[in-house]
Amino acid sequence: MLGFGDKGWGLALIAGALMTLAVSLTGLLIGSVLGSLIAWSKLSGHKVGATIGDAYASLFRGLPELLVIYFVYFGSSALLTAVGNLVGIEGFVGVPAFAAGALGVGVISGAYQAEVYRGAYLAIAPGELEAARAVGMHRLLMFRRIIVPQVLRYAIPGLGNLWQVALKDSSLISVTGLTELMRTAQVGAGSTRQPFAFYLAGLGLYLTLTFVTDRFFEAAEKRATRGLKRMHG
Amino acid sequence: MNSSAPIAITVANMHKTFGKLEVLRGISLTAHEGDVISILGSSGSGKSTFLRCINLLETPDEGVVTVAGETIEMKRRSDGHVVPVSQRQVDRIRSRLGMVFQNFNLWSHMTILENLIEAPVHVQKRPRAECIEEAKELLAKVGIADKANQYPSNLSGGQQQRAAIARALAMHPSVMLFDEPTSALDPELVGEVLRVMRSLAEEGRTMLVVTHEMGFAREVSSHVMFLHQGQVEAEGAPADLFNDGGTERFRKFISGQAQAPA
Amino acid sequence: MMSLDFIWLTFLRLIAALPVTIEVWFLSILFGGFVAACVTWMRVSGILPFSLFARLFIFIFRGSPLLIQLFIIYYGLPSIPFARHSFLWPFLREPFYCAVLSLALCTAGYTSEIFRGALAAVPRGQVEAARACGMSGFLLFRRIILPIAARQALPAYSTEVISMTKATALVSLITLWDVLSVALKIRNDTLITYTPLLIAGAIYYVFNYILARVFVWLEYVVSPHLRRRVY
Repeated sequence: MLGFGDKGWGLALIAGALMTLAVSLTGLLIGSVLGSLIAWSKLSGHKVGATIGDAYASLFRGLPELLVIYFVYFGSSALLTAVGNLVGIEGFVGVPAFAAGALGVGVISGAYQAEVYRGAYLAIAPGELEAARAVGMHRLLMFRRIIVPQVLRYAIPGLGNLWQVALKDSSLISVTGLTELMRTAQVGAGSTRQPFAFYLAGLGLYLTLTFVTDRFFEAAEKRATRGLKRMHG
Repeated sequence: MNSSAPIAITVANMHKTFGKLEVLRGISLTAHEGDVISILGSSGSGKSTFLRCINLLETPDEGVVTVAGETIEMKRRSDGHVVPVSQRQVDRIRSRLGMVFQNFNLWSHMTILENLIEAPVHVQKRPRAECIEEAKELLAKVGIADKANQYPSNLSGGQQQRAAIARALAMHPSVMLFDEPTSALDPELVGEVLRVMRSLAEEGRTMLVVTHEMGFAREVSSHVMFLHQGQVEAEGAPADLFNDGGTERFRKFISGQAQAPA
Repeated sequence: MMSLDFIWLTFLRLIAALPVTIEVWFLSILFGGFVAACVTWMRVSGILPFSLFARLFIFIFRGSPLLIQLFIIYYGLPSIPFARHSFLWPFLREPFYCAVLSLALCTAGYTSEIFRGALAAVPRGQVEAARACGMSGFLLFRRIILPIAARQALPAYSTEVISMTKATALVSLITLWDVLSVALKIRNDTLITYTPLLIAGAIYYVFNYILARVFVWLEYVVSPHLRRRVY
């Protein structure tokens, strides 16, 4: 039943796991755009920007993830339908579940990523920025050559954690009908009347995903902190 | 001082205030090419601030800096703050002033070689291959050719500071600024850095050195300035100044430094 | 159009569902904390089978989504005869107890790592000092290790408690009438998308905001030694 044959669900579950990876990764990327914008607005010292950034981060840290997913899914479809009616498209226009799900996961992740990027920026030794100014680097060059590489390096452990969070949050997208791992397990459980086996298989695949990707982030962290050996003992 | 040589840098009437504290109260300086000027003073005398105002890491409230004939243009904003007219000009002049920091400030995410070629390639836009070639020569010159592919955190403080000196040299600066280059080093590592600085002086480089090393000031520099409370208290050739030329305060200062453990 | 009446009625219906949310939240934190303490003890006990079990427990409950854990317990367990004949069956039939059990186990996974980190952060020297005064065993744990570790754990624990409020929203998927599921029902019945979800969101947010304030106050209370001295 869980095998890979004609009647087996093995392939479907693997496909679901790949969909989970894809939607989580997209969510993480959306979150990194939102997160770096917020981090930048807070670091810039611009009052209005910082307030907006704070409000965003505090809001999406305080709301249940499931509610955010529902809101983004229903909300964006309702919005699109309204816009559609304005331009003459009749009836309901649904947002693709993948897009809504990735956006939902990304919006949540962004609220947390902001803090990771901000912390990473503040971890850069001020003297290194001063040295960059002293050799005549203009702001953009300093940002590109000195700040971004270091922020990425310091951010990797935090991003690794948030990747795990995104991976687990992505299971909530199953409520929108996207056939990722959770949804596939649900469908399999329903049609075979073997819920225990299917949810256990799903659990096993989630554990595999988190375990394997965790090793990947560990390796990335090792690689990225080459220059830091001494400091970290 | 070698007053027949062309002027490398002049600073006229530099003032700087932090809040209510007047740190610099009108300091001027002229360095001809090949001059080595040691700037001495106890902590709080304003010597480091003076150096940092020269390449505008701090913005002076008043004062004119001219490097190789080009004056950094400043303007007063409506809120009373003085700012450079053109950031481009500041960047250009900074790239001609090689700065060496007390804490080295090597970029920790780059190898030593990458640190050396970073600004020549990206600020001065020189060909990468040429910069690498030259960087290797500079590393050999400061005695750490074997560290080219190491990260800064793997080097001792003395080695890091020599790398930082090489990084400044890689820009072909017309003037080198040293901000207490040996103060963060363990005593046994001070010598290797001072030797490199001495050899640079012997090559005829123009250097402004904020330091506590009396030996260096006395033997290597061509001119010594002693700052006290943001003003020049005494200055002159080291031979004059150190042989009862200075003021009472200067004599007290050097005897205090001599007693301090090496 | 949206009337104030509708907003008010929706608010009343959602607030009426808040006790369910709070009950699930409170009980799962209570039991989760207890389980976490046991798991932490096993993890640091130095007894190999115990510490292996603790590691596995933590790996499973932190490494997979709460949703699938919840479904295994609520939909999965009743399908195996063994569970149906065990003494737990009366509980496993009830969505409420399944929700509490599932949330408690999940938070225990995260919380035990918080506890372990806090224990590891107790300075060695202070423990040694206590031993030097003749303290040992439970006395040492109760008087020295526990107070220091509890202070260390507080910031991370407050984050975990707040994330549990958010996690309770998942019980709407196993037929419990919590705040979110009532909001979804109103949306379904009225086809008004934003209002019920916005009001539900506001309720969750305010609840979490109050929690966060309480924890800030608590942190202040338990760390007089870190406060700036006032002369």
